[in-house]
Amino acid sequence: MHGFANPKRFLSLARWLTPLLMLGGLALAGVGLAWGLFLVPPDRLMGETVRILFLHVPTAWLGMGGWTAIAISSLVYLVWRHPLAALAARGAAVPGMVFTAICLATGSIWGRPTWGTWWVWDGRLTSMLVLLFLYFGYIALAQAAAREGVSARIPAIFGLVGAVNIPIINRSVVWWNSLHQPPSITTGGSAIDGVFLAPLLVCVLGFSLLFGGVVLARMRALLADLQAEARLRRRASEAAHA
Amino acid sequence: MREALDQWDFVVAAYAVGLAGTLAMVAWSWLAMIRAERRREETRRP
Repeated sequence: MHGFANPKRFLSLARWLTPLLMLGGLALAGVGLAWGLFLVPPDRLMGETVRILFLHVPTAWLGMGGWTAIAISSLVYLVWRHPLAALAARGAAVPGMVFTAICLATGSIWGRPTWGTWWVWDGRLTSMLVLLFLYFGYIALAQAAAREGVSARIPAIFGLVGAVNIPIINRSVVWWNSLHQPPSITTGGSAIDGVFLAPLLVCVLGFSLLFGGVVLARMRALLADLQAEARLRRRASEAAHA
Repeated sequence: MREALDQWDFVVAAYAVGLAGTLAMVAWSWLAMIRAERRREETRRP
C-alpha cells in the first residue's frame, strides 16, 4: 500500500485510470439508466415511478460509500501520516456530498407519488440529511485547514467521528418505524426481482466507476495545487536569499 | 375532486436532477484537474 501512496507512482497510475473510469462510468451508467427507463416494465405497486430506483439506490450507496472512504483514508492518514491519504479523503468528499444530495432529492421526488409526501422526519431520511450536513462540515473544515496551513489531523478526526452515522443510516429502517422500505439487498440475497436487479447492478457499477474517476481527478487537482505552491514558495525563498 | 398524478412527471424530474448533478460534478472535477495541472506545469518553467 505504501508503494502506491508514492505521489509519482500515484500520478503515473491516475493519468490513464481517471479518463478510463470516467468514460467507462458514463457509458455503463448511461446504459443502465436507459435500460431502467425504457426497457423495464412498470412495477405492480409503484407503477412507472419504480424507474427512480436506478438513480436513487446507486447515489444512496455512494453517498454512504463516500463517507466510508473518508473514514478509511482518515484512519490511514492518522496512523501512517501519509499526505496522499488526506488528499484521498478530500477527493471523496465532493462526489460523496453530490451523490447524497441527489439521493435526497430523488427520494423526495419518489416519495410524493409513492407515500403521498415529499418528506418525513423518520430515521432513514433524517440520518441521510445529517450525512449531507456532515459533508458540508468536512469540506469546510478540510478547506480551512489547507488554506491556513494547519495539519490535516482535525478534518481526519472529524471524518472518523462522522463515520458513526453510516451504521445508523444502514440500520435506521430496522431500528425505527419508517415509511422507507427495509433493506432489499442484503448479504443474504435480494428481494428485488431480476428484471429490476440487472439494470440496477449495471447502474451501481457505472456510478461507482464515475465516483472513482471523480475522486482521482480531484486528488490530481489537489496534488497539482500543492506541488505548484511548494515550487513557488521555494522559488520565492531562493530569490530572497540571492 | 383531486387530479391524478402523472407518474412520468416524477420520473423525468428525478432523472433531470440526478443527471444534471452528476454531469456537472464530473465536468467541474475534470476541468479543475486540467486547470490545476496546467498551473503546476507553468510553475516548472524558469
